Amino acid sequence: MSEVFEPKIVAFVCTYCTYAGADLAGTSRLKYPSNVRIVRLPCTGRISPMFILKALQKGADGVLVSGCHPGDCHFDHGNYHARRRWTVFNSLLQFAGVPEERVKFSWISAAEGIKFAELIREITEDIRKIGPFEEYHKLIAETGSAAPL
Amino acid sequence: MAKIGVFVCHCGENIAAKVDCTKLKAAMESHPGVSIATEYKYFCSDPGQESIKKAIVEQGLTGVIVAACSPRMHEATFRKACAAAGLNPYLCEIANIREQCSWVHSDGDEATEKAIEITRSLVEKVKRNNELQPILVPVTKRALVIGGGIAGIQAALDIANAGGEVVLVEREASLGGHMAQLSETFPTLDCSQCIMTPRMVEAAQHPNIRLLTYAEIEKVEGFIGNFHVRVKMKARYVDMQACTGCGDCIQKCPQKKISGEFDCGLANRPAIYTPFAQAVPNKPVIDSRHCTYFKNGKCKVCVKVCQTNAINFDMQDEYLDLEIGAIVVATGFQIQDTSLYGEYGYGRYPDVVTGLQFERLASASGPTGGRIARPSDGKEPETVVFIQCAGSRDPSKGVSYCSKICCMYTAKHAMLYAHKNHHGTSRVFYMDIRAAGKGYDEFTRRAIEEDGAGYIRGRVSKLWQENGKLMVRGVDTLLGKPVEVPADMVVLATAMVPQPDAKEFAKTLGIGCDEYGFFNEAHMKLRPVETATAGIFLAGACQSPKDIPDSVAQASAAASKVLALFSREKLEREPIIAMNNEATCSGCWGCVLACPYNAIEKKDITDRAGNLIRRVASVNPGLCQGCGTCVTFCRSNSIDLAGFTEKQIFAAVMGL
Repeated sequence: MSEVFEPKIVAFVCTYCTYAGADLAGTSRLKYPSNVRIVRLPCTGRISPMFILKALQKGADGVLVSGCHPGDCHFDHGNYHARRRWTVFNSLLQFAGVPEERVKFSWISAAEGIKFAELIREITEDIRKIGPFEEYHKLIAETGSAAPL
Repeated sequence: MAKIGVFVCHCGENIAAKVDCTKLKAAMESHPGVSIATEYKYFCSDPGQESIKKAIVEQGLTGVIVAACSPRMHEATFRKACAAAGLNPYLCEIANIREQCSWVHSDGDEATEKAIEITRSLVEKVKRNNELQPILVPVTKRALVIGGGIAGIQAALDIANAGGEVVLVEREASLGGHMAQLSETFPTLDCSQCIMTPRMVEAAQHPNIRLLTYAEIEKVEGFIGNFHVRVKMKARYVDMQACTGCGDCIQKCPQKKISGEFDCGLANRPAIYTPFAQAVPNKPVIDSRHCTYFKNGKCKVCVKVCQTNAINFDMQDEYLDLEIGAIVVATGFQIQDTSLYGEYGYGRYPDVVTGLQFERLASASGPTGGRIARPSDGKEPETVVFIQCAGSRDPSKGVSYCSKICCMYTAKHAMLYAHKNHHGTSRVFYMDIRAAGKGYDEFTRRAIEEDGAGYIRGRVSKLWQENGKLMVRGVDTLLGKPVEVPADMVVLATAMVPQPDAKEFAKTLGIGCDEYGFFNEAHMKLRPVETATAGIFLAGACQSPKDIPDSVAQASAAASKVLALFSREKLEREPIIAMNNEATCSGCWGCVLACPYNAIEKKDITDRAGNLIRRVASVNPGLCQGCGTCVTFCRSNSIDLAGFTEKQIFAAVMGL
C-alpha cells in the first residue's frame, strides 16, 4: 500500500467565530487531522483573494476560508463582503481550472467546535483524494515565480 | 535587525505531552532573526513572566513569541508583561500550540511538526509588527438602562446614587415590570408591592435619573463610551406636564371592556388607563387600538372631563437622540404561551390559570383584592392542583432549560392558598424540587410540612372537565401508580422565555443571544454581566431565568461595571484600526462602501491658497473597529490595518 498523501492546508479564519470555534474543538479535546495551519484575522472581511493565492503559491494544496454565520458577524457585515468576494473569486478559480475542493468557504461559529473538527476531517479527506496541487507547483517552477520570503 | 525571543510553554503536560517542546525550541533557535528560544513549564506564572521580562531587557528583544495556549486566553497577560519590560505590547504575538495543536492531535510527531510551523509563521509575522499606541477616546458619563423592572431600577439607582447620570427607558406606561405583578415573594413572603413601589418612586424622583416611560429603543450606534441612541417616545395622547393624575378620565371612559395586560386578562381596563393603581408615573395613556375616538372619530369623553386640558389626540411619536457612555440591558422575560399544551386545557377551561395569573389572584391589589377565587364563577376553590415544569425541561414541546423560579413560586402559591383557605387541599405535580438558594429548601419544606401541600412526583398527562370539576390525571412515579385528582382550579408553572422581540433587539444593540433569545454574556463564569460588545452590560432575566435576588445582584454588578467605566476620563482602545496612505489614495470610496461603521470620511486636500486639490479617504480612529474589510476593498493598496497589515499576513503565510 502506498503512503497516504498528507496535504498542506492553510485556513484563514476570523478571530471572533471560527478561531474561537477551533479553540472550542481544542478545549473539548476533539481529534482532527493535523494538516491545517490557521492564520488568524480580525474578520473574514479582511481576507483578500491574494492571501489565498499566496498560500497556494507557497505550496498549500488547499485553502479554507471561514468566519461567522451570516447575520452574526462581530463587525456587523464584514462576512457578507467576504461572501460576495469569495463568490466572484471562486468563479475565477473555476475558470482558471482550479478544482473546487482546493478552496473552501464555510461558516463556523464560536460554539461549533464539533463542526470545525468535522470540517477539517472532511476537507483533509477531499484533498487527500485529489492529491497534491502539482499543476500549480509546476507552473510556479516553470515561470520562476516562486515567492521569496 | 530583528531580535526575536521565542518562549515555548509546556503548560504543565497539556502541551509537552504531545509536542516535543525541546525540538520546537531547537527549531526556533536556528530560525533567522531569533536571538533566544527557551522553554518553561508555565510561562503564564509569575516566574515565567519574569523570565520573559528578563530576556527582553538582557537581549534587547525587538519581538516576542509565546508558543502556548490560545491568544484568546493569555495574549493580554503576555502583552502586559512585555510592556512592563519596556517592549511595545503589540510586538508580542501568541502561537497557539495548545487548543489548536496539542489538544487536537493524537500523533506526537505530527503535532510537533505543526507546532514548529505555527510558531515559525508568527515569528515571521512579528518581525513585521509595528509599535502601536493605544487610542484614547473620551467617555460620555451617562448610562442608558433599558427596562424598568426590578433589575433596571436597581442598576439605575446604583449608578445614580454614585453620582452617575442615568436615562431609564421603559416600554410600558409604568415602571415595575413583572415584580410589580407579584403577590408575595419567596422565601420571606414580603409583599412584592411593598418592597417594589418605593423603589419605583425613588427611581422616578432621583435627580440623576431621567425617566422615559412608554418609550422604546429605536437605534444604537457608536461604541463604548460614545454610543448614539435614538429613543422613540410613543404617543401617550396625554400631556405629561398638564396631567395631574386625578383619574377622572379613567373613571369616565366608556370603553371599559379591554382585557387588562397587568392583570393577565383576569380584569378589564378602559382605553385610557394606567397599568395599575400604583403606577409610576401615575399618569394615564390612551390605547389608540381600542379608543372609540381613534376607531370612529367620536367620543372625546376624556377631553370633556379633563380639567387641565391634558388630552391631545394629535400627539405623534417623537424621537429623542441621546449621547450615552454605557448601556445596561434589563429587558426581562415573558411567560411562555401555555396554550401549546393542549393536554392542560389552558385557554379551554377558565379555571386553568398560569402562575402569573395566580399571583394576580393572590395579590391584595389584584382583581379579587387578594381573595383566591376561580375565574369562572368567583368561588373559592376547595382543591387546587399545581403542575410544575409546564413548559420547562421539555425539549420536545417546550424549552429544554429549567426556568429556575417555578419550584419556589409553586411552593409559595401552595402556602398562600393554605393561609387564605384553611380547609383547602393543594396538590403539586413535580419532576424534581429545585430549591437551591438561601432559605429556599427550608421554604419548600415548610410548604409541605406546615401548610400541607401534597407533592406528587410525576407528570400530568390529561386534564378534562367532569361534573363541574377539573379532573387531573397523572402518574405518581414514587408509587408507580396512575393518580386522578378532582380539582377546582389548576395552576400551571409556565416556562420563562425571552421577550418575543429579543433576537431582533439583540441585533439593534449589536450583542449576541442564544437559541432561545436570552442575551449572551461575554464569559459564562468570569464575565457574567458583560456582553461581547464593550460598554453593553446585562442585568436580570433577559440573560437567563432568574429570581429577584439574582436579578438585583446582577443589576448591582452591572452598575459597578458602568461606574468603573465612568471613573475614567478617557478610555484606552486597542489600536487595531485602519490607516490610510493619503499620498496614494485615489478617492474611489470603495472603503466607504465597505465600512460597517461609517468610520471613513472624505477629506479635502487643499493647497496653501485653500484650493481643493483632491479628496481622499480618512479613517476616524474613534469609530473604526478594526475589521479590515476596507483594506481588502482598496483598489490602490492605500489602506492597511494596524496589527494585521498586508506585509504581516503575507509573512505569516510564507512562514508556514
